[in-house]
Amino acid sequence: MTLLYIALAIVACVGLGWVFRLVGQQLTGNAPYFRDMGLGSAFGFALGAVVLLWVVVTYYRGMTAEGQDANKYFFFLVAVHGLVAFSVLAYFFRILGTQIGSEGSKKLFRNMPLTASFGIVIIMAYAFVSLFAGQISVTTIVIVGVIGLVLAEIVRAGGDDDAAKGIGVAFGVAIAIMVVMYFVGPLAPYGQEEVLAKANVVPGGNPAMGGDPEFPLGTDQIGRDILSRLIYGAQNTVGIAFATTVLSFLIGGSLGLLAATLGGWLDQVVSRAVDVLMAIPALIFALLLMTIASAWAGSEKWLLTVFMVIIIAVIDSTRVFRLSRAVGLNIVVMDYIEAAKLRGEGLAYLIFREILPNATAPLLAEFGLRFCFVFLTIASLSFLGVGIQPPLADWGTMVKDLAQFINFAAFAPQVAAAPLLAAGAIALLTVAVNFVVDWMLHKSSGLKE
Amino acid sequence: MSSVLRIILQRLGLGVLTLFIVSIVIFIAVNLLPGDFAQLILGQGATPEAVEAIRKDLGLDQGLVPRYFQWLGGVLVGDLGNSFAQANFASFAGTNTATTATTVAAQIAPRFANTMFLAGVTAAIAVPFSLILGILAALYRNSVFDRVANVFTLSSISSPEFFLAYILILFLAVMNPLLPSLSNIYDGMAFGERLTRTLLPALTLTLAVTAQMMRMTRAAIINLLASPYIEMARLKGLSPMRVIVTHALPNALAPIITVIALNLAYLITGVVVVEVVFVYPGIGQLFVDSVKIRDIPVVQACCLIFAAAYILLNLTADVLSILSNPRLRHPK
Repeated sequence: MTLLYIALAIVACVGLGWVFRLVGQQLTGNAPYFRDMGLGSAFGFALGAVVLLWVVVTYYRGMTAEGQDANKYFFFLVAVHGLVAFSVLAYFFRILGTQIGSEGSKKLFRNMPLTASFGIVIIMAYAFVSLFAGQISVTTIVIVGVIGLVLAEIVRAGGDDDAAKGIGVAFGVAIAIMVVMYFVGPLAPYGQEEVLAKANVVPGGNPAMGGDPEFPLGTDQIGRDILSRLIYGAQNTVGIAFATTVLSFLIGGSLGLLAATLGGWLDQVVSRAVDVLMAIPALIFALLLMTIASAWAGSEKWLLTVFMVIIIAVIDSTRVFRLSRAVGLNIVVMDYIEAAKLRGEGLAYLIFREILPNATAPLLAEFGLRFCFVFLTIASLSFLGVGIQPPLADWGTMVKDLAQFINFAAFAPQVAAAPLLAAGAIALLTVAVNFVVDWMLHKSSGLKE
Repeated sequence: MSSVLRIILQRLGLGVLTLFIVSIVIFIAVNLLPGDFAQLILGQGATPEAVEAIRKDLGLDQGLVPRYFQWLGGVLVGDLGNSFAQANFASFAGTNTATTATTVAAQIAPRFANTMFLAGVTAAIAVPFSLILGILAALYRNSVFDRVANVFTLSSISSPEFFLAYILILFLAVMNPLLPSLSNIYDGMAFGERLTRTLLPALTLTLAVTAQMMRMTRAAIINLLASPYIEMARLKGLSPMRVIVTHALPNALAPIITVIALNLAYLITGVVVVEVVFVYPGIGQLFVDSVKIRDIPVVQACCLIFAAAYILLNLTADVLSILSNPRLRHPK
């Protein structure tokens, strides 16, 4: 029955497209644009118009519906509002970027597609939330300050005054934000492990619907505040994924560049080992190794998380190895490497001063992609129950624990919001990173078609 | 023709070799467990006698190498050992009730068929869908349609599978009850009913794999559009659709076939999460359950099956790309 309706709708759209083209031809006196328009394009325009009309009508009905009827439109309205809000935010962020900053960064922002600008806004928001989920300590501020000072001095000693000034400004802004956040306090209203008096509070904060204004997103089955756990989840999930990606780049990147520089038996041994490891699907291999790790970790939950970081970093480093070796091989044959070798430079100099700076761009794009992959693997493992372990708040685990509430969405859409928010938080970050990486790759490849 | 055959045989040999090494890796990984199987089954309160008895029962008193070949020999004739969860050790229970013990092979076989069904349905939807989408995106490149398709597929590929799954459940099963949200499939089910219950997991997987196939199709076709023979076809006055479908597409097939095979291989990984979400009785769900209760023989067997399927599909991609490319078919 449904199929029949869909078929009818498509036929109607084709008819509409045909009429649209005909009217266009008549009104413009057979202008080339309409004369050469294929029926497919006309159909596309008609379909787009119908979909837009449907969205507007549904939005209007959702805004005016009352009581039980309003439930049906709840998620639709949230989606529309979210999309519009983020697009506007991205648009203004791009305008801001074209006004402020150096000449180079202004040019960068002018050519930026809206999706990439959207991605950057989202990534910055995630970084902010994950850094300031809990109370920031004075020690952290001091450490960051010292690192900034040392970095700036090292660069100044290297003779690059402009770069040193840039680093100084960046760290200064970071410390200023941190000091403000120190007095503002933690972003999360409650602790991530804190079990509160009320369990199963419905999200929305409306007492008539079973909510509580003190817990805007409600509480879970054992009475932990979902908003706080979402915020701490940013710190745990994103932080652990970031650490894993860094570790996998340290392993894979250094081995790959070494293999490219030295060649010979080292290259052969590592490359063949990587071939074998890559022949097993990543998630399957990770699950197998996690079985063993869970036996080793026993009841030490935090140890299992450490094992997970190492396991995923090793599995993922095989992909990094492939890329860094390929990039390295292209650089090693350059004349300036030959010149450096003839000067009698050591291996460390060759890798860090000659090869690494020239391999930064592809490795950076790869870092974004690998981060997405690691992040999704960790979320999947946690969702399957063998990843990040409680009591640490984590989005994958939250989705698993709260998923059954989705079945009640027909009666009260708010209860389904909690698991979808956790899953959506994962999706939003990976989508954002992918948008930025896509734009970077497009820019560096110079593809214009 | 003989050189093609030689290359293909070479690839096949390499594939078998890889599978052999992978089986060694899996075996060694499993043997990294602290203690051994016997202690693992019996837990902490085991008496030394019971541990010894089970060790003998499983052949754990032998060395690593003989055990590996014993296992491998078993695998080759379809005997994957006994599952711990259903294990019924004669010497431990005191009586011989081995007839009720379930072998791993008996546990896996029906679930494997279910998983293949799910993968088949997914492929039947995803491949035509992404090919058509890719061709349309190439035809209307840089238009609104192209951009929307690009953003849509990029978003769907970067979302975790369970997010896509729950969104589909929310809209297609809960808010508008069109499809069942649980895929409880059993033997002897009518085909239509079975298909309806498989549709939601299959749609989820379709969303997860479409993006790459569609983008590859688009890129492969657009790559060719600057060729002189395409220019010729255009100047002959052929319609843009005809130029792309009958002139550009055949030459773009090699990369497209490769990426299709690779994405089918990706399905094997994706199927694990999706099966858990929809409680689909496939091999992925069995794998995750076994991982949780540390049922080592089942984990080992599933891992081997997944790896074998993965290697096989990669091999197929390799062979097909050789067959579809004359330059690879006649290497200099």
